[in-house]
Amino acid sequence: MTTAAETIDPAEGNEPSYLSATKGLRSWLFTVDHKRIGIMYLVAVLLFFMVGGLLAIGIRIELATAPGDFVSAQTYNKLFTLHGAIMVFLVIIPAIPASLGNFILPLQLGAKDVAFPKLNLASFHIYVVGALFLLYAIVSGGLDTGWTFYTPYSTSTDTSVIAATTGAFILGFSSIFTGLNFIVTIHKMRAAGMTWTRMPLFIWSLYATSVIQILATPVLAITLLLLTMERWLGIGIFDASMGGDPVLFQHFFWFYSHPAVYIMILPGMGVISELVTTHSRKNIFGYRAIAYSSVAIALIGFLVWGHHMFVSGQSMIASAIFSFLTFGVAVPTAIKVFSWVATLYKGSIRLTTPMLYALAFLFLFTIGGLTGLFLGTLATDVHLHDTYFVVAHFHHTMMGGGLIAFIAGLHHWWPKMTGRLYSELWGKIAFVLVFVGFSVTFFAQFVAGTNGMPRRYHSYDSLSPAMRDLYEYWQSISSIGAYVLGVGMFIILFYLIHSLIRGKRSGPNPWGGKSLEWETASPPIEHNFHGHPICKHGPYDFDEIDHQGA
Amino acid sequence: MSEPVENSVTGHRFLQHHFFTARQQYDSAKLGMWLFCVQEILFFSGLFMAYAAVRFFYPETMLAAHEFLSVPMGAINTVVLLTSSLTMALAVRSAQLNLQKNLKFHLVITILLACVFLVIKYFEYTHKIHAGMLPGKYYAGEGLAGSPWIFFGLYFLMTGVHGIHVIGGIVVMVWLLIRARRGDFGAEYYTPVENVGLYWHVVDVIWIFLFPLLYLVK
Amino acid sequence: MISQLLLAATQTAEQSTEATFWLPPGASTTSSSVDPLFNFIMGVSIFFFVLVMAVLAYFVIKYRKRSDDDKTSPISGNHRLEIVWSLIPAVILVVMFVWGFKGFINLSVPPDNAMEIRVIGQKWFWEFSYPIDGITVRKGEKLVVPINKPVKLVMSSEDVLHAMFIPAFRIKRDVLPNRYSVIWFEATKLGEYDIFCAEYCGDEHSKMTHTIKVVSAAEYEAWKVEAASGGDMTPAQLGKKLFTGLGCVACHSTSKDKKKMVGPPLFGLYGNTETLTDGKTVKVDDKYIRSSLIEPNSQIVKGFAPAMPPYKGRLKEKEMAGMIEYIKSLK
Repeated sequence: MTTAAETIDPAEGNEPSYLSATKGLRSWLFTVDHKRIGIMYLVAVLLFFMVGGLLAIGIRIELATAPGDFVSAQTYNKLFTLHGAIMVFLVIIPAIPASLGNFILPLQLGAKDVAFPKLNLASFHIYVVGALFLLYAIVSGGLDTGWTFYTPYSTSTDTSVIAATTGAFILGFSSIFTGLNFIVTIHKMRAAGMTWTRMPLFIWSLYATSVIQILATPVLAITLLLLTMERWLGIGIFDASMGGDPVLFQHFFWFYSHPAVYIMILPGMGVISELVTTHSRKNIFGYRAIAYSSVAIALIGFLVWGHHMFVSGQSMIASAIFSFLTFGVAVPTAIKVFSWVATLYKGSIRLTTPMLYALAFLFLFTIGGLTGLFLGTLATDVHLHDTYFVVAHFHHTMMGGGLIAFIAGLHHWWPKMTGRLYSELWGKIAFVLVFVGFSVTFFAQFVAGTNGMPRRYHSYDSLSPAMRDLYEYWQSISSIGAYVLGVGMFIILFYLIHSLIRGKRSGPNPWGGKSLEWETASPPIEHNFHGHPICKHGPYDFDEIDHQGA
Repeated sequence: MSEPVENSVTGHRFLQHHFFTARQQYDSAKLGMWLFCVQEILFFSGLFMAYAAVRFFYPETMLAAHEFLSVPMGAINTVVLLTSSLTMALAVRSAQLNLQKNLKFHLVITILLACVFLVIKYFEYTHKIHAGMLPGKYYAGEGLAGSPWIFFGLYFLMTGVHGIHVIGGIVVMVWLLIRARRGDFGAEYYTPVENVGLYWHVVDVIWIFLFPLLYLVK
Repeated sequence: MISQLLLAATQTAEQSTEATFWLPPGASTTSSSVDPLFNFIMGVSIFFFVLVMAVLAYFVIKYRKRSDDDKTSPISGNHRLEIVWSLIPAVILVVMFVWGFKGFINLSVPPDNAMEIRVIGQKWFWEFSYPIDGITVRKGEKLVVPINKPVKLVMSSEDVLHAMFIPAFRIKRDVLPNRYSVIWFEATKLGEYDIFCAEYCGDEHSKMTHTIKVVSAAEYEAWKVEAASGGDMTPAQLGKKLFTGLGCVACHSTSKDKKKMVGPPLFGLYGNTETLTDGKTVKVDDKYIRSSLIEPNSQIVKGFAPAMPPYKGRLKEKEMAGMIEYIKSLK
């Protein structure tokens, strides 16, 4: 099947790629090219991921033994708070949409850019400003409230809460504007011939994510504003002694933060759809089911926030409704997992690095999802809430799911973004370390959690010796896994950077993909396409013999 | 609303490089502004939820404290904002019909009315500050039942955030005025005027909810 | 490990009093009601996980690339299959939900005849009082309860959110300021079990633990008699015990080096004259110590912040006297 978009391999043609079209720092900082903005986001996200990861290593060193002997309790509380805040706000939420999404979405749609390129640039700079506020909070006294900022502790502690809430408030607008940009681009700038059901599923996932970003993030902004005012002016809305209600804060907070976890996972699911198809050269199983499930997850996800609050004192009826709806969101999620597995049936599977990560996603995210059932079930959640079971659950979904999908997508589109191929050998070596390291780290935490170990504990030696020994056994295993995981991550960083300098150059379509981004050069020219691309087939129409050189 | 008139295949001089037709750009900008307004409404709805929670759990606080608000001033502000929405709509219509003088005139009136709104709010705020009706720990008033510092916290926050949006609207309208004086707008390109108009209507609608909930509720 | 997991999944209610791979020993009627549900979810999860992963592994092996010219199947859906794999999970999930809701009601509603213990959560310790018997159990002492009797804890917080968590009973509830929350259990197994604070509450959150001791009815009666009389301690000994039990030790040093902590050091304090934040001076006598316990923020020593919580209503006269004597003895 041929395409209507003309492509020019940079080695042959005369138009430079987006990387060399203009030069100088200012041409990057003031660019309106979605690809450059995506790259800048990528660098920032990876940088903050390293910071968050180092904080995690600090946590793991402390937790390997029961006594609190590595850092003081206050320092530890700041470690886990900042680890959470950085990972949630600076890494996982923007990771796929702002870096991979910004880069790939217009290309997959056959567009020359997003609808509002200047707004896109503004999104990036707003992100940087928000990040600076958060970093300032670190150096000006730290933050020790937990990333969840529960009142009354957050209104009475003397750490840098307001700097952090201001940072998160600002970051929210970056997220909102990116979502707004994507929705308009998807509605108004699809190539001719690209109906909604010919869009790649990655686009569907970004669409669902963007809807959540627009509807949920403003409520977080207000929540943080109310918290800031409470701290600064003592309004009293969350303060029991002044006539307020601390549980009200939890409702406000989770109304955003639960949909936020779907912001974190839906784009990852979109990436997986791209990978299991392209790397097995097989059409997706259940296109509509997956597309509509994404939207269903986004919408139902707004109705389940109270499942974080089953033991908070909210009414039994409210808890029951939240539990029921939580199971409701599990069904479309299961449908997606089954559909991805079914996609591999009678495919031609290549165990490339992206494909390996996609398989790891299926393994780890399924564990994450199934453990969510324990938490959505009222009676068992009572025991498991605020234990290491919850920590293991959300790391399996957000990291084993979202972050693994991000790494998978990064490897899948690396040749497109950089024009280079990384070393498959090192890719596979790092994959083994990451997968095994992750599994060991977090599976051990399930066991500690079901056995009753609470989370956010700096030390765990003020309890019965039998349980202390049990917790220490599993926590030390977890820490070893974390060190292995860390090594794997660093190896990824090294070979990716190495590929930029010495990697083999890539052609336009190293994997033989069928969506429009593979019909431009690798890396693309500044305006993506010459002329107007036309979409003549679905994104996964592989059922023909096809020879694509790498 | 009528669509922009296409006067050439390549579109007007403000057509951006990544759009293929002027129509595509117009539609995109409009959808973008609608989404921004949806987001704004969600933003304020968070505050309305806080209001609802306080009202539901502490009704005596709400009822006692809101007596201190001046209904006449609030009512005048409502009329002022509604009128400004009218003049803004007239400005959009003028641009569509290529009536440059009317466009500028209506923009100026809208800006002036928005300023009047802010001036009245200034008087309301200073009155409360003098009486010690302040939010939270700064509350120094007397004679009100319940926890009035919570009510005034909400009052200042809700009207304050709304006021910031009014100021933002004024800034953007001044920018429109500058562009209008440059002759940027006409029948084939009035997108910014229309979209700012949409934003201004949302700011107005939010006040329409704020006024009865804060001032009139019994 | 797979066999251990499967074994855990098939434990019955009776067996759940023993520790399993996943769960600590169950010691209450509440744990007996929750554990079978936990095992059901575990069984379902393991079953479906193994099934899906086995299918996945099979496909990855069987359909791996043979050549660049592989022809792949055009299959892109199968309505019947998709309906089946949507409905079966949905039905199982409804079962989970209903069972969970019923269990939750059971956990949330104490029986009418439950014996009441009042609980105060405070940074960073628990205080339990038995209103009928006039006993207070503080940090360092065990919370003693009789076996086979329903017990209800009525809890509130002095400051921030805390949560009462007893893993052996599978119960947990947030503890809130200005509000009462209730949790209940009926212990079925003698022994000592951990109590944890399960809602992050600041610096020493991980030290806010306690021990609950389940004893026979006879032993319980004996303990009550002993606890109510306070034993034969001198007032200063009682004061010293309270000093730890009430958490004073977290903020006030009693050693010779007069180390400044959150609160002023107490060694050699009695009889001195101290300067307050408002410039006035005060003599540290019985009256001052008493007022510092009841309304600490009315007279704060210069150089310190108003951080001490009030103990108004929490100390009996005898205990107040004990505190005073203890502080007197620090020289």
